[in-house]
Amino acid sequence: MTEITRTDLTSARELIAFRIGAQEFCVDIMSVREIRGWTPATALPQSPGFVRGVVNLRGAVLPIVDLAARLGFAPAEPTARHVIIVAQIETRVVGLLVDAVSDILTVTDDLIQAAPDVASDMVKTFVRGVLAIDRRMISLIALDHLLPAVEREAA
Amino acid sequence: MDPMAAIKQTFFQECEEQLAELEAGLLAIQDGGYDGETVNAVFRAVHSIKGGAGAFSLDDLVHFAHVFETALDHVRSGRLAPSHEVLGTMLRAADALADLVRAARDDGSVDAGRCDALADALRALDPDAAQADEEADGDDGEIIDFQPVPLDQSIFDDDLATGSVPSQSLFLIRFKPKPVLYAKANEAAVLLRELAGLGEMTVACDSSALPLLSELDPEGGYLSWSIELKTEQDEAAVREIFEFVEWDCDLEIERQIGEAPGEPDVAALIEKMQAAVEAELSALGPTPIPVSEAEPAVIDFAKAREKKSLQSAGDQGAQRADPALAGAAAQTTIRVDLDRVDRLINLVGELVINQAMLAQRVQEAGLARASGVASGLDELEQLTREIQDSVMAIRAQPVKSVFQRMPRLVREVGAMTGKLVRLVTEGEKTEVDKTVIERLADPLTHMIRNAIDHGLETPEARLAAGKPEEGLVHLSAAHRSGRIVIEVSDDGAGINRARVKALAIGKGLIPADAALTDDEIDNLIFLPGFSTAQTISDISGRGVGMDVVRRSIQALGGRISITSRPGHGSTFTMSLPLTLAVLDGMVVTVAEQTLVVPLTAIVETLQPKVADVHGFGGGARVIAIREHFTPLIDVGRELAYRQGDADPLSCVALLVECEGGFRSALLVDAILGQRQVVIKSLEANYRHVQGIAAATILGDGRVALILDVDAVVASSRADASFEQLLATAG
Amino acid sequence: MNKTVLTVDDSRTMRDMLMLALSDAGYRVVQAEDGLHGLEVLQGETPDVIVTDINMPRMDGFGFIEGVRGDERHRAIPILVLTTESDAEKKDRARRAGATGWIVKPFDPVKLVAAIRRVAA
Repeated sequence: MTEITRTDLTSARELIAFRIGAQEFCVDIMSVREIRGWTPATALPQSPGFVRGVVNLRGAVLPIVDLAARLGFAPAEPTARHVIIVAQIETRVVGLLVDAVSDILTVTDDLIQAAPDVASDMVKTFVRGVLAIDRRMISLIALDHLLPAVEREAA
Repeated sequence: MDPMAAIKQTFFQECEEQLAELEAGLLAIQDGGYDGETVNAVFRAVHSIKGGAGAFSLDDLVHFAHVFETALDHVRSGRLAPSHEVLGTMLRAADALADLVRAARDDGSVDAGRCDALADALRALDPDAAQADEEADGDDGEIIDFQPVPLDQSIFDDDLATGSVPSQSLFLIRFKPKPVLYAKANEAAVLLRELAGLGEMTVACDSSALPLLSELDPEGGYLSWSIELKTEQDEAAVREIFEFVEWDCDLEIERQIGEAPGEPDVAALIEKMQAAVEAELSALGPTPIPVSEAEPAVIDFAKAREKKSLQSAGDQGAQRADPALAGAAAQTTIRVDLDRVDRLINLVGELVINQAMLAQRVQEAGLARASGVASGLDELEQLTREIQDSVMAIRAQPVKSVFQRMPRLVREVGAMTGKLVRLVTEGEKTEVDKTVIERLADPLTHMIRNAIDHGLETPEARLAAGKPEEGLVHLSAAHRSGRIVIEVSDDGAGINRARVKALAIGKGLIPADAALTDDEIDNLIFLPGFSTAQTISDISGRGVGMDVVRRSIQALGGRISITSRPGHGSTFTMSLPLTLAVLDGMVVTVAEQTLVVPLTAIVETLQPKVADVHGFGGGARVIAIREHFTPLIDVGRELAYRQGDADPLSCVALLVECEGGFRSALLVDAILGQRQVVIKSLEANYRHVQGIAAATILGDGRVALILDVDAVVASSRADASFEQLLATAG
Repeated sequence: MNKTVLTVDDSRTMRDMLMLALSDAGYRVVQAEDGLHGLEVLQGETPDVIVTDINMPRMDGFGFIEGVRGDERHRAIPILVLTTESDAEKKDRARRAGATGWIVKPFDPVKLVAAIRRVAA
């Protein structure tokens, strides 16, 4: 249950840690393109509540995912102090709305524990593992499923 | 890349062009609108394919092209009349030739039986078939035996045949050029030099025929030579030297048995000979032009080119020195990597957005319209727009590339359905953005299939109806009010409205008692779920119905509709934007959101009055526009920006027209203005959003969504009772 | 200085092949797409040899040869006719128009260069 995930014991990687409410999360720095301040988004109709809308990222249209709402917390009420983590998910570039960026961590894979089995769908879907650092618990987020699935054209 | 591989690639590209030319030419001949040059062009196309194929040892292709070329030559020489049957065979042969080209290109295979049968059919066209067979067999061998040979540097070495040679022969050659030899720019001296390359040679020049200077004919030939050549080469090699001049000289070549004369000094001989020739030439007048006189012409030429073409940026000196450049300067087009053009288009898009942002900042800063800054901005806007138009024009292409695929489709579908079809195309040169062209082929293919399969009657039915046996499918393209309009019409039976309506009722798409106009019935074929196996044969079908065609056209910001006259045929009309990069739109606000409505959809804008708006049960509302009741669609509610209904009196209505001519009024809060916007994809980073066509970035740097008018109208109609709305929409 | 060859052929493939064979052999190559274009190019170039196709749009090889021979400045330039049409009639017509020699397509690069050497001073 607390089995350590071993992919490559010698590999060190960097993670960006951020806060949502009182909890801490992190994502692999390799998928992060930049970090920006919050700017008001243009709402998208017919979209799930966790999609805040779209903003202009140097000429490209960037969807903003409210990570709090996505992870099952109360939706964020963004202020100028909120932060958007611009991340690459496969071919798409997405903005993740979080409260604040807290840290950059260098960890080896053996420090990443499997997520505790709390049987929550949210955890199963998005949390790849947890790290215990300075008595903090930081959840490692997998980005793959953050966006709603691409709708298939009904043929 | 290996240079031969690169040339092979060029060859296949060129083949595609020639195949298109071939088909177009054959069709023109079929239509009677042709002249000798058309026949020549057709012949040339096949001839060039054969020539290139020979160079790459593509034997199947060479064979077929040769048989084809022979048949075409009969037409060219007037021995074979281009009858309907002859052209039918040739068009099918053109298709087979295309298949052979592609098989050779992709290392694929072709239906050999079909090609052989067509080759036989082509041979059978020969007015004198037996003779043609012989000719074909004779020529084939000669054409195929070519293999590109890497050049051996040794052939340039002048000191060739030296060293010990076991079997040498002695040739006695008498060579007396006629004047005409020189008129064709052959040179006795050059021939003698080549001859000397074969072995050891002694030359005696006989100038006894040289007249007095006053009697010299400038074009005359007065010198003759006696040559003794000791060589290991055979007589054929010696004769080959004189191959080009044998008609233009007196030539005797005798092979001597016995001892060759002693050691000659070839270089000295040539020198002597050259001197003799030059003496003749300098005495005579027309001499090759000295280089110094040719020089100014080069510069003039380069200057003239500079004005005409884009690429003469290099300096003129370099142009003369570099053969590649000199060759390029003679052309007026350049090839550019598409990525570069796309990058340029993206950058211009950014420029347009930036210009708009700047304009807005200036306005916000409260600068007067008449200020220098404002007028400078106006000029900038004008320039930006011109740059954008010019850049878009780079990517514009004639629709020909798509249209020229259709004749083959028509032949195939015609053959499958047993219908006789003639395709007439018009407006092939109409230009549209490359991205639009690429996405045009599928819907067009489907519409043409549909026109033949469902539109046209069988030959028997046509004759019975008093029509010509051969059905007509007309395909046209034209620019109309900033869009491209493509029409596919047939002269078939038209839509069977009773059947279409019965089918729609049977499928529950409309209520049994729906009162529909003829136009509305015709356009039922675009409803999702209308097309099924029962109405769509294998040919039109491929599992998609007209609703998919409509959706793919809508996805391009286009519209499609059909009009039909019973007994006279149907016309599909689709209109598409000229580009997928920019759009003219009306910027509006709806529930505090800024939206862009494509200008092409908007018929007019109006201010609703209280007396004009009527509730219509089930939450639907209509608005009376010049005594015509039109469905009123609250965009804010449709997009779920707000729950309750907007008050029409504080709003603006946009009268829009969707495909099929249905009109609706879209209720928005306010109109901010009209402007050109750069289209940005939502799908690139997110996904398609129902009711939204795309996004753009406005002057304030924020994203605004572009409304998909057709989708919003369609979804509102789905919400409301269809029957009620139709009753009022008519 | 390298000798210059003007190639006149409507086929891009053939022009490319000639370019490859001739530039490999050390010639400088200037290209034209048909007879008319060839005459245009001659306004600014004085090649040592011309290699021309016969069957071309706008102006065919015969017309081109007559054009070259009719021009004082170019009448002395040797012209080789490049054609698959090896029959005597075409060759004879080209000769009568003033062609210096001919090369039968598909050409062998070695024979091509040999033919050029047989006419180029």
